[in-house]
Amino acid sequence: MSQQAKGIPVSDGIAIGSGWIYCPVAIKVERYQNQDPEFEKDRLETALQQAKSQIAQLHQRTRETIGEEEAAIFEAHALFLDDPEFVGGIKTIIEAQRINAEAAVEEVVELYAQQMLSLEDAYFQARAQDIGDVGHRLLCCLLGVSPEGINLPDRAVIIVAEDLTPSDTVQFERSKILGLCTVRGGPTSHTAILARSIGVPAAVCLPMQLDDLENGVLLILNGTDGTLTIDPAPGELAQARQSQNQWRSRWAEQVADAHLPAITKDGRTVEVVANIGSVTDARQAVEYGAEGVGLLRTEFLYLDKQQMPSQAEQINTYREIFEVIGNRPLVVRTLDIGGDKAVEYLGTKSEPNPFLGWRAIRMIDEKPEILRDQFCALLEAGAGFDLRIMVPMVSSLDEVQQARQLFDEAHQALRTSSRPMADNVQFGIMVEVPAAALLVEHLAKYVDFFSIGTNDLAQYTLAVDRTNERVAHLASPFHPAVIRLIAGTIQEAHAKGKWVGLCGEMAGDPLAAPLLLGLGLDEFSMAAASIPVVKQTIRQLVYRDCQEIAATALKLPTTKTVMEYLEQVKDKNVVEGSRGK
Amino acid sequence: MPSAEIAVMHPAGLHARPAAEFVKLAASFPCNIKVRNLTADKKLVNAKSILSVLTLGVQQGHRVCIETSGEKEEEALDALRELIESNFGEAKP
Repeated sequence: MSQQAKGIPVSDGIAIGSGWIYCPVAIKVERYQNQDPEFEKDRLETALQQAKSQIAQLHQRTRETIGEEEAAIFEAHALFLDDPEFVGGIKTIIEAQRINAEAAVEEVVELYAQQMLSLEDAYFQARAQDIGDVGHRLLCCLLGVSPEGINLPDRAVIIVAEDLTPSDTVQFERSKILGLCTVRGGPTSHTAILARSIGVPAAVCLPMQLDDLENGVLLILNGTDGTLTIDPAPGELAQARQSQNQWRSRWAEQVADAHLPAITKDGRTVEVVANIGSVTDARQAVEYGAEGVGLLRTEFLYLDKQQMPSQAEQINTYREIFEVIGNRPLVVRTLDIGGDKAVEYLGTKSEPNPFLGWRAIRMIDEKPEILRDQFCALLEAGAGFDLRIMVPMVSSLDEVQQARQLFDEAHQALRTSSRPMADNVQFGIMVEVPAAALLVEHLAKYVDFFSIGTNDLAQYTLAVDRTNERVAHLASPFHPAVIRLIAGTIQEAHAKGKWVGLCGEMAGDPLAAPLLLGLGLDEFSMAAASIPVVKQTIRQLVYRDCQEIAATALKLPTTKTVMEYLEQVKDKNVVEGSRGK
Repeated sequence: MPSAEIAVMHPAGLHARPAAEFVKLAASFPCNIKVRNLTADKKLVNAKSILSVLTLGVQQGHRVCIETSGEKEEEALDALRELIESNFGEAKP
């Protein structure tokens, strides 16, 4: 009998294949008296060598697929395995207590982890985790079990896990992942991000017991509706294969057409661009037909560091990404960090309400040099590129004036030093706080463009903490209040001759396309993998009809009625679109 | 037994890259090398052990005491002192 679990769909598509259950934790160490300490020490030595070579491989792979920054974690892990006190401590316990190597490893790891934790500093808390990680790897080597996903089966599988952390996911070989499903996690979890970035189906929050599953069991994962079918009946399988084929040919068609412009049937063209945060993202964006970048996040340059990244480091990192994007327009968002990420040299500290706290543009009074340095680095790196810069989290006119002044100063400084720099750089702000949306008329004087961040705009308009699982579902960008703010922003900006983009998740949702198009949005910015489908959707729409759709949607009273109405519009378009072919 | 007291001026203190550089250099000498955080009055630990050095919690501005004993003790002390004084090869803040 087949079984089904229904979770939250987070990455489109259908995967059919054998399940592979990933359980990283739960190693139980037995403690027993050893007969021969020398034998235990030899076992330890072999395990150390094995762990070192695994770490070397991970280091290499992470450097190639993710970046130098993340790879450095594994360099530290390798140093721990060479530590004379750590290794010596384990050997001493093997001899003195005459216990097995596993129990000795566990004892020493625990000892160091406790010492690190007692130092009460975020840096050391993270090191305690690292020690735990290294200890775990060492135990796996001693017990002869595969430590993590390093040894995925030879064939591609659907990975099933309780939850996946960043360090879990860097180890999976991408070509062997058919799909991802987890018992925990939400739409913005690491699983969801990974799945969308490599383009495999995924579902999270699946109510099921991993213990009931066996490795190799046949699974159907539908990432479009969030269902996981375990051990499907022949009929279900045949049906799934059929939908999979349909989905694949639709996807192939969309990707093949992704390089065509997004132009409605009656001739309105909008820009479809990508949200990125790394060189890898940039390459994928280009591959999926992005006409530029609507949001380059820059936080990665500042996290996990003990001091400000140098000008040279900033410039090199930016340039590496800019070169992939080439002559396409590129919008960079300046630093958006607050109390949710305590970074000592920036002065961010943990706060009871980090999203209402000292973050992003609000740092400008106390630490103007952070933004000034970033402007300088961007302007210099942007020489020869179509660069646009925007500042996040604006809520008042003063902030925009101050930022604009710093921007002009950076410009002036570079000109005096006659360094090469970007020409005609557009300056913009993000509209994420309702206050900014309501003041567009005044803010427009100081900016060249606006970019609406709907994730935060929904959070701030609806007073919903997006990180609080009990209320997160209330933060819908389809809420009538949010739609009205979006409509007002576009209208007022256009009245002042400024263009408007949108870089929240909403831009990548085909359901929202007729509404946003009808409201007059100029630029849609989204995860690269959403570009093909959004472009195809836009090409099937008629701008004049969308204006009517938007006008109707603006009159609806609830999130539910807005979404139902847009679903109706979508169904009608699908029917008409297929008739037109 | 030669020893020296030095202030660590690197913004990262003896964490992250500076700690790794310090330990790698110490490990390249045959003598015993110990280090203590004078500012936080921590215990004397093996300077060739990254985990032990990290547990000293040396931050920017803290003073450390390094002691060497055995073969090449003078050279080892000089090399480690120079590493810290040169701010681990980075420009002074």
